[in-house]
Amino acid sequence: MSLIEGRTGSWEVVIGLEVHAQVISQAKLFSGAATAFGAEPNTQVSTVDAAFPGMLPVINRYCVEQAVRTGLGLEAEINLVSVFDRKNYFYADLPAGYQISQYKRPIVGKGKIVLDMPDGTTREIGITRLHLEQDAGKSLHDQHAEYTYVDLNRSGIALMEIVSEPDLRTSEEAGAYLKKLRSILRYLGTCDGNMEEGSLRCDCNVSVRKPGAELGTRCEIKNVNSIRYVMQAIEHEARRQIEVIEDGGKIEQETRLFDAGRGVTRPMRSKEHAHDYRYFPDPDLLPLVLDPKAVEHIRRELPELPDAKKARFIRDYKLSPYDAGVLVGEKASADFYEAVAKGRDPKLAANWVMGDLFGALNRLNVEVESSPVSAKALGELIDLITDNTVSGRLAKDVFAAMVETGKSAAVIVEERGLKQVTDTGAIEAAIDAVMKAQVEKVAEYRSGKDKLFGFFVGQVMKATQGKANPGLVNELLKKKLAG
Amino acid sequence: MALDKATVARIATLARIKVPESDLEHLAKELSGILTWIEQLREVDTAGVEPMASVAEMTLPMREDHVTDGNCRDKILSNAPQQAHGFFLVPKVVE
Amino acid sequence: MTALTDLTIAEARDGLRKKEFSAGELAEAHVAAVERARPLKAYITETPDRARDMAAGADARLARGEGRALEGIPLAIKDLFCTEGVETTAASRILGGFKPPYESTVTANLWSAGAVMLGKTNLDEFAMGSSTTTSAYGPSENPWRRRGDNRPLVPGGSSGGSSAAVAARAAMGATGTDTGGSIRQPAGFSGIVGLKPTYGRCSRWGIVAFASSLDQAGPMTRTVRDAAIMLGAMAGHDPKDSTSAPLPVPDYEAALTGELRGLKVGIPREYRVDGMAAEIEQLWQQGIAWLRDAGATPVEISLPMTKYALPAYYIIAPAEASSNLARYDGVRYGLRVPGESLDEMYEATRAAGFGAEVRRRILIGTYVLSAGYYDAYYLKAQQLRTLIARDFSNAFKSCDFILAPTAPSAAFAIGEKADDPVAMYLNDVFTVPVNLAGLPGISVPAGLSSDGLPLGLQVIGRAFDEAMVLRAGDVIERAARFTHKPAFIAGGKE
Ligand SMILES: [Mg+2]
Ligand SMILES: [Zn+2]
Repeated sequence: MSLIEGRTGSWEVVIGLEVHAQVISQAKLFSGAATAFGAEPNTQVSTVDAAFPGMLPVINRYCVEQAVRTGLGLEAEINLVSVFDRKNYFYADLPAGYQISQYKRPIVGKGKIVLDMPDGTTREIGITRLHLEQDAGKSLHDQHAEYTYVDLNRSGIALMEIVSEPDLRTSEEAGAYLKKLRSILRYLGTCDGNMEEGSLRCDCNVSVRKPGAELGTRCEIKNVNSIRYVMQAIEHEARRQIEVIEDGGKIEQETRLFDAGRGVTRPMRSKEHAHDYRYFPDPDLLPLVLDPKAVEHIRRELPELPDAKKARFIRDYKLSPYDAGVLVGEKASADFYEAVAKGRDPKLAANWVMGDLFGALNRLNVEVESSPVSAKALGELIDLITDNTVSGRLAKDVFAAMVETGKSAAVIVEERGLKQVTDTGAIEAAIDAVMKAQVEKVAEYRSGKDKLFGFFVGQVMKATQGKANPGLVNELLKKKLAG
Repeated sequence: MALDKATVARIATLARIKVPESDLEHLAKELSGILTWIEQLREVDTAGVEPMASVAEMTLPMREDHVTDGNCRDKILSNAPQQAHGFFLVPKVVE
Repeated sequence: MTALTDLTIAEARDGLRKKEFSAGELAEAHVAAVERARPLKAYITETPDRARDMAAGADARLARGEGRALEGIPLAIKDLFCTEGVETTAASRILGGFKPPYESTVTANLWSAGAVMLGKTNLDEFAMGSSTTTSAYGPSENPWRRRGDNRPLVPGGSSGGSSAAVAARAAMGATGTDTGGSIRQPAGFSGIVGLKPTYGRCSRWGIVAFASSLDQAGPMTRTVRDAAIMLGAMAGHDPKDSTSAPLPVPDYEAALTGELRGLKVGIPREYRVDGMAAEIEQLWQQGIAWLRDAGATPVEISLPMTKYALPAYYIIAPAEASSNLARYDGVRYGLRVPGESLDEMYEATRAAGFGAEVRRRILIGTYVLSAGYYDAYYLKAQQLRTLIARDFSNAFKSCDFILAPTAPSAAFAIGEKADDPVAMYLNDVFTVPVNLAGLPGISVPAGLSSDGLPLGLQVIGRAFDEAMVLRAGDVIERAARFTHKPAFIAGGKE
């Protein structure tokens, strides 16, 4: 557990995250309006979403199933009876003056997320609860000098609020938690995890304390919209709190905003006066009752999740926990790897996927889904290596050529004549030529300077433009140098 | 229970209803009167009684995930006191 | 022949089918009656042109022999029902100018049954009241007067514009909504029939919400049969309202058999409240006798929690209202009073837009839900609601329906009780428990007070047994032969 050093000694940071994950669905949680991102303002709004007089909510069954699916993916208890409450407060983009949420009786209870630590160990982070609620609209403050513009397209879209226990201790852990959560949501297909488009938003509850002391007063940093920012915000907030306390001040419980530009957090003005949300059961809705059979059905249909996949990769492909962890991080890369590894040396496949492939993807900065080299193509290249058609070294050049031309390995090897030379006659000829040209070196070698062996190998490879089979070169060189 | 002026002012702010200082006194008296009358409920022992949120003896009906509404901006904005470029306008908010 | 405006819905229906008169003539007669009734302030908005158009459509259908349940019947709509393209105010300044881009399910049902819309009727602001005096458009007047006393009286409330219009023959029937008695009490005060159906029987979709767990729409008519006809058209399952009951709607008219043999009528001991006029006690006894004559057996029942229904109601209803009325914020529709900041705009708009009683109830509701008070008030009230509902289900083990007065007094003068909210709330002592339990109840005019004002008797039934309520109400109506007419039209002005 890593601590932060202050003037008065070291401090422990205590972090809990509240993640708002937008549910993947066609229509909104309580209305039939569409959820697509990026539509013209107020074009995906019904009179229900705009809270017109007399309008009533009717819940979307698929959104409920998505919440259950997510709960099961987090190995959490599913509450067969849950209740929707109204959270009352006034804001420009909250048309009804209340948000329909779940307060006392959420649809999902305690669960957990397992983090893979860099040192290969794992750490379990508790999930307190997951509940369904409506998203609010969007306020644009920068469009006009005197007015805020309000777009209700997002108003009423289903969100899953996923609350963690205060189990996180460093910004790195917070980052790892978000990555893992996002990965699970994507595996489940319940949230696309796109933080830029706001389909995954994070509130960070941060407090500091001397190791072993009582929990300190926490501040909530609202709506941080990238994993990097979350880590920065936590870092800054922790140091700010330590400074305040060490300067003899005390932390006020408050809601703060992260200013990504300046990398600092500041109090949120619109949340200045204390809130009193006056939660009470929404009388327009009735208790949400789930059929245990339906829940079981969803459980049976769950896809293989990252942890299970990782275990299987370690077991079946004999990969290191680290490699397996990297490969299952995104479902797409795990699938890509399995396609490549099928019927081939799994370690070799892993090296190529995590090495040259990921390297290329990073350079081009594209997702594995749109990789210029398909799993099939990479597999064929590996086959050429294993059947000695091309040397491991030249294979790297072949791969580079595949990336830029999109041609198959075989074609490139053919076109560029990179076929490995295994014909002993040709190799012996090359060796003889080298030995003739290096008479002194040969003599030195024979007089015991066998360090020179590598030099001769290099010369022979050079003479064959690297195409000679390294194994044969060694074998034949030894013979001939021995004389 | 008697409400004082401060409490009435706090509730009025929560409810976003402007109440002139001069009305607080009178309003506090009026609301206190109603609350005192309401508090006869205390006579009843309700220990262990389930609270009733709705009389409807049914569970929540669900609809299918189909887009059946929206795409009617003119309707949505037709009653707006102030609008521009397809947005509702409100006095500028500082976050 | 009797004036067209004196006909009941059932009579008009037959007259139209027999072509004795046209829907157009019926509509014209009522449009004129609506104008004559203006001094009563029964209507907030009159829609004569729409009435004529709809009547023309009705005549076309009748000509083709395709008349529906309410073909050509002119009705008034409480101005709490959203009507597409017709200003809907809830009698509040804050909704001034609001034209809904949609039609409430209940009114849509009426129009598709062939009914004709005369206009939107006055009410207590947001239906919060028992006198229709809190309307931003001024109080409605009861067409009745005390004998030898010309002071204007309240028509009851909150559906007082509807009851006044129907009593004054300025509509054949009207919609009302009943959250704590707002259909039955004004019906009683105005000498007409008012039926509050079981919670969930009529859709709430498109009705401006007051207290969502209590609000229920129902018919207000001059006869029990008309109430049966109108309810048949209004009721039905609505997938747009999650609390709407997925039940078929029976033929209510068929329930009016005029006889009650083998049935038990429960008489609640606790409804003998102090301060109840002796003549109301007598009327109640008279009602029991009428029901006995029709074959019913009176049994005394006990509803021990009755006295706690009002205070529980005055926590639950304002709590829900404080949240339901948060949407009136000057952003998307209705009144906006400019302000420097968003909060100033909210506070100025809501202070100017809501009247005193609505502000009072929003504040009470906000208080009882606020941190530290929820359990002491709101939760406690919900627990009492459980006990009150339990009282009724126990009572219905020993009886088939319940007879009680509609209100503890007859209509009072405008301005009376205005300065004492609690005294005003007490009007609903006999009606509120029925809302808390979600049961159907009907008020039927059964007699006159000593000073000549109508008094109503209330029949309460089991959940979704509107048929029983109508059947017993019909028996009372036949026995009472209530033919008195209000001063406003007495002498048969035509
Ligand atoms: Mg939260
Ligand atoms: Zn939330």
